[in-house]
Amino acid sequence: MSTSEEVYAASPLDPVETQRLVQETPADTSVFDELTEQRAREIIARYPVPRSALLPMLHLVQSVEGHVSQAGIAFCADLLDLTAAEVSAVATFYTMYKRRPCGEHLVSVCTNTLCAALGGDAIYAKLREHLGSDGKPLGHEETSGEPGAPGSITLEHAECLAACDLGPVLQVNYEFFDNQTPEKALELVKALQAGEKPNPTRGAPLTDFRQAELQLAGFFEGREADLDGPSAAPETVRGARIAAERGWTAPAMPDHAEFPPLPEKK
Amino acid sequence: MVDQLTPVLTKRWLSPRSWTLKTYEQLEGYTALRKALAAHPDQIIQQCKDSGLRGRGGAGFPTGMKWGFIPQGDGKPHYLVINADEGEPGTCKDIPLMMADPHSLIEGIIITSYAIRANFAAIYVRGEVLHCIRRLNAAVKEAYAAGYLGKDILGSGFDLDVVVHAGAGAYICGEETALLDSLEGRRGQPRLKPPFPATAGLYASPTVVNNVETIASVPYIVNGGADWFRTMGRERSPGPKIYSISGHVEKPGQYEAPMGTTLRQLLELAGGMKDGIPLKFWTPGGSSTPLFTAEHLDVPLDFEGAAEAGSMLGTTAVQVFNETVSVPWAVMKWTEFYKHESCGKCTPCREGTYWLVQILQRMVRGEGTPSDIDTLLDVCDNILGRSFCALGDGAVSPITSGIKYFKDEFLALCDQNAKYEATELAGASA
Ligand SMILES: Cc1cc2nc3c(=O)[nH]c(=O)nc-3n(C[C@H](O)[C@H](O)[C@H](O)COP(=O)(O)O)c2cc1C
Ligand code: SF4
Ligand code: FES
Repeated sequence: MSTSEEVYAASPLDPVETQRLVQETPADTSVFDELTEQRAREIIARYPVPRSALLPMLHLVQSVEGHVSQAGIAFCADLLDLTAAEVSAVATFYTMYKRRPCGEHLVSVCTNTLCAALGGDAIYAKLREHLGSDGKPLGHEETSGEPGAPGSITLEHAECLAACDLGPVLQVNYEFFDNQTPEKALELVKALQAGEKPNPTRGAPLTDFRQAELQLAGFFEGREADLDGPSAAPETVRGARIAAERGWTAPAMPDHAEFPPLPEKK
Repeated sequence: MVDQLTPVLTKRWLSPRSWTLKTYEQLEGYTALRKALAAHPDQIIQQCKDSGLRGRGGAGFPTGMKWGFIPQGDGKPHYLVINADEGEPGTCKDIPLMMADPHSLIEGIIITSYAIRANFAAIYVRGEVLHCIRRLNAAVKEAYAAGYLGKDILGSGFDLDVVVHAGAGAYICGEETALLDSLEGRRGQPRLKPPFPATAGLYASPTVVNNVETIASVPYIVNGGADWFRTMGRERSPGPKIYSISGHVEKPGQYEAPMGTTLRQLLELAGGMKDGIPLKFWTPGGSSTPLFTAEHLDVPLDFEGAAEAGSMLGTTAVQVFNETVSVPWAVMKWTEFYKHESCGKCTPCREGTYWLVQILQRMVRGEGTPSDIDTLLDVCDNILGRSFCALGDGAVSPITSGIKYFKDEFLALCDQNAKYEATELAGASA
């Protein structure tokens, strides 16, 4: 069994020791029940080539464990006929795969330049301070409370979340809370800690991090009502609204636009 | 005269439940598909060429030409991959489009797949936008149930499967070859080009990668024709474009206007600068496009106009900053972003962004020296054009343009340290 270069490069141990650990440490994959395995197989069936299923499968793994554990890596490797090292190299590349167990909720604050200039940095600082303990602010991707327990919260700063016109924004389990202030964000986090689930500005009623990960893996059964909510934020449609009010339109289309003739083969 | 705003892609956004098939069909949805399936695929490619449509993902490559590069009759499967990774700082048009009107993208996907003879298409959407992914999935399901996807679409004999694929948080996966590696279940690192995706893309087969807004434009071109599309915009940059205005303006939002609209016009629509505080700097198309200033209010924002004025159109992500924002600080924040998102494959970008962040942080802390400015430019020079992919080039844009227009501000941060420079600091680096 070959082990990919990245793992050796990243390992502080000598290659022999690394190989021993990679190959011999048995991972107990029993947390992944039959349903999860069946879902993994459904994901694989979506693609012409099985390995394309890896990213959604890692989301699936997180829906069970709240992070990507060694067992999660082994589970994916087994089903895709990859080595644990190959899966590990992928899992560690992407920000959304967490190496440590997440809280009930993941709170992501955009601190990219535009949101930061509008208050994103202040929001993040406020939440770090509130969620910290012993006078120490909570760090990036750290969790306040027992991971997974009700009211536990993992905090992170995020890069631009493609909602700059609604900035500063934050997300809870990848649902948007738009136009935030430090005060509003603090109130939101306190509510989450108290077991409440305030509604996002756009999007579905909150569940928890694991349920969100299941949906990212492509499983939405019985959640049709989640689709509701506004088509777009009021800010998003400002241009369309001005046009409607002023009677501005694109030039009218001709009644029968013809296709060009079939180009001659060269 | 064409109106100042020309809602085409955004015209359904105001309709109730605009994301449903029912609403879409009531508003001409899937009429272009019927028309396209009755035509020859090569006629559709030709029409796209005639329309002058250029990619909306940042680089502005002519779309019809890209489709024409796909070899036909080669016996290999062909693929269409939609780039919905929208991560360029400031960019916020594709996610709202897919949230409000996912069927317009799906209709564009079917027509494009038919044109390039692809039977499998993937929508690679960044993972952090759950509600958008939810609506895309539902729309794909509805399209299958209505016979717009699957086998023998509308009795045409054409088959197409579409999968919605959630990414996992990596800006570099927006780069088209990194995206393909990621879609194949690997680390998202760019590939060497050539071969280009048109010959060896997904699973080493001919592949078209296009942006969401590009493909969502296709049904309108089919229905309206190439000449209609060209009634908007300018000769070499035709069509309507969604301008995303964010930051210190009264009414940030999405404004769909003809290509070539200026910031002055956009600001007027967006209610002017917030609280009347004057404009200081802005990006025409995301943080990878060199900064503009108040001097550039009348630059026509299309591919040629932005380039002639020393920047790029990029993604028309117009981020507006007023006089309260420090340029070195903003540049530092963006550079931190590029450092975080550098995939690590090539040395100039991986090491360069690391050093740039160190220097900028030091300057913003007030510990820089005037020679740091030269060091910054020197490092930028070693990244620009020497990196493996365009992320590296993008990373230096805010720095070099920031220094070009606001050097005094960088110098002011370093002034207090200037007097030491000749003595201990210079000595320390000797
Ligand atoms: C670092 C980097 C990030 C990119 N991100 C995106 C993106 O999020 N969406 C996108 O459509 N294009 C993105 N691009 C551009 C793509 O590589 C590619 O040019 C585009 O998807 C082609 O589609 P188009 O011709 O329709 O614009 C990015 C490029 C680079 C270098
Ligand atoms: S320029 Fe940066 S992102 Fe692109 S390949 Fe090099 S290290 Fe990776
Ligand atoms: S900068 Fe925060 S969403 Fe874009």
